[in-house]
Amino acid sequence: MNPDALEFEAALLNMNRLAATRILEREHPDKDPFVDIERLVVPALEHIGEQWEKGQVSLAQVYMSGRICEQLVSKVLPTAAPQLSSQPQIAIAVLDDYHTLGKTVVSSALRASGIVLTDLGTLNRNELLRQVKTHNIRILLISVLMLASALQIKDFIADLKESGLSTRVIVGGAPFRFDPELWTQIGADAVGNSTAEAIRITRQLLEVTA
Amino acid sequence: MTAARMTSLERVLTTLDHREPDRVPFFLLLTTHGAKELGLSIEDYFSRPEHVVEGQLRLREKYRHDCYYMFFYAALELTAWGGEVIFYADGPPNAGPPIIHDPAAIKHLQVPDIAAAAGLQKALQAIAAIKQQAADEVPVLGVVMSPFSLPVMQMGFAAYLNLIYEQPELFWKLMALNQEFCVAWANAQLAAGATAIVYFDPVSSPTIITPADYRTTGYQVACRTLSRINGPTATHLASGTSLPIIDDLVATGSQAVGVSGLESLAEIKDACRNRLTVIGNLNGIEMARWSPAEAQYQVQQAISAAAKGGGFILADNHGEIPWQVSEDVLLAIRDAVERHGHYPLPNG
Repeated sequence: MNPDALEFEAALLNMNRLAATRILEREHPDKDPFVDIERLVVPALEHIGEQWEKGQVSLAQVYMSGRICEQLVSKVLPTAAPQLSSQPQIAIAVLDDYHTLGKTVVSSALRASGIVLTDLGTLNRNELLRQVKTHNIRILLISVLMLASALQIKDFIADLKESGLSTRVIVGGAPFRFDPELWTQIGADAVGNSTAEAIRITRQLLEVTA
Repeated sequence: MTAARMTSLERVLTTLDHREPDRVPFFLLLTTHGAKELGLSIEDYFSRPEHVVEGQLRLREKYRHDCYYMFFYAALELTAWGGEVIFYADGPPNAGPPIIHDPAAIKHLQVPDIAAAAGLQKALQAIAAIKQQAADEVPVLGVVMSPFSLPVMQMGFAAYLNLIYEQPELFWKLMALNQEFCVAWANAQLAAGATAIVYFDPVSSPTIITPADYRTTGYQVACRTLSRINGPTATHLASGTSLPIIDDLVATGSQAVGVSGLESLAEIKDACRNRLTVIGNLNGIEMARWSPAEAQYQVQQAISAAAKGGGFILADNHGEIPWQVSEDVLLAIRDAVERHGHYPLPNG
């Protein structure tokens, strides 16, 4: 990581919003906000996500880092930028649960990385299928807390196929961290066990679905 | 020489004293499986204390484990605060929407009266009834959510983290209310017949909050709360990691800790030795697809890593075995403990 990104990461891990703002607002020769996002925000959030996966930082730090970045990026990024409007439709949802922190963390990290996505909230299987059809979602991230909800995704993916939809499904949440084989058993396209993985996988899928 | 056969209570008390009992004690922390035993839906099962008592009796008769686990479901406490419960056909009941929508509402929040909370009264009736069956031979485990972890259900996790880091005054106000509730609820369970209280505190785990932040928040709350509970307590981090805060957990006064399957059981045992009994750490999620042979292997590994010298209770790592775990696997765990768990252990 470049020194500025390291400094930015340290500010995020200390939950120091003012320091993070100062670093992001420094003068750069290139005024394109995407440059700052690519130089500072994405590497810092990816590295924080990687550290969480290794047990080196806490979920609270991951969450607060994403929250600070999302707020900072929303100030500098024009919502109608051409880079954003050309993206395929991406959405994130929680299946059958009011524990929404995982969704919030990933959603903040993706938005702060310049990826536009629709937050569908907490839904049951049928409602989620309806929303995917309505919004023509091409990439869907599903967060779950309970094993029963994780297993339900298998049926949801079958619903997608029966409906003739080729939506790519990325899953995440505690059951997938505790059982590394679970995501393949339910037929997901990928699993993201950290914000770093969620950003990387979503970007990869964006390239192949664009 | 083989030690004389102990009762479950003697076995657990001996290991809590960091001595070797007749065999490794094991807790199958089963909740919804009681509904399977009675042929009821999960919602019907938890609707009457008699069902839970009968379920726990049948489960222990079948699996011969060393406790009655009187945990209904986490959201039961939320009902006392006016929250809702969502029931599922194939999983534990879950908390409905948060009850605190605006942090400012914390200023006007009232501590619920245990005696007026119908759901909690059902659990107390179940504890009293099973205590009669358990006599002084089987530990009866009561359960509380820690004041520091309950707000995940009261507010939602993200809103709660915002509160901790951005509104400390309201955070401590909520802690004061939750401490009063938690102490009253724990002591009511002990008065009804619980032998010990499991203090579920996942937010205190380094998985969720840094050890430095824990020491100024969840640790302070635990010290203030556990010291007012009139019986022994075991802190359970519900799959969260524990190694960096073991010394702190010892200092809270808790006698045992429920630990994660994502950490080395041998390392945890070393860190806890003669200070804190280790409860764990079979992976409950993977357990759902284990074969009986895999279950036996995992039990042997855990015993080998942590059972020497006592101070160890074999259990799952989350504090609740998923509904999807089969009877065959649970029987295999039982058989493996009974076959390989007798002291002195083969490896000395």
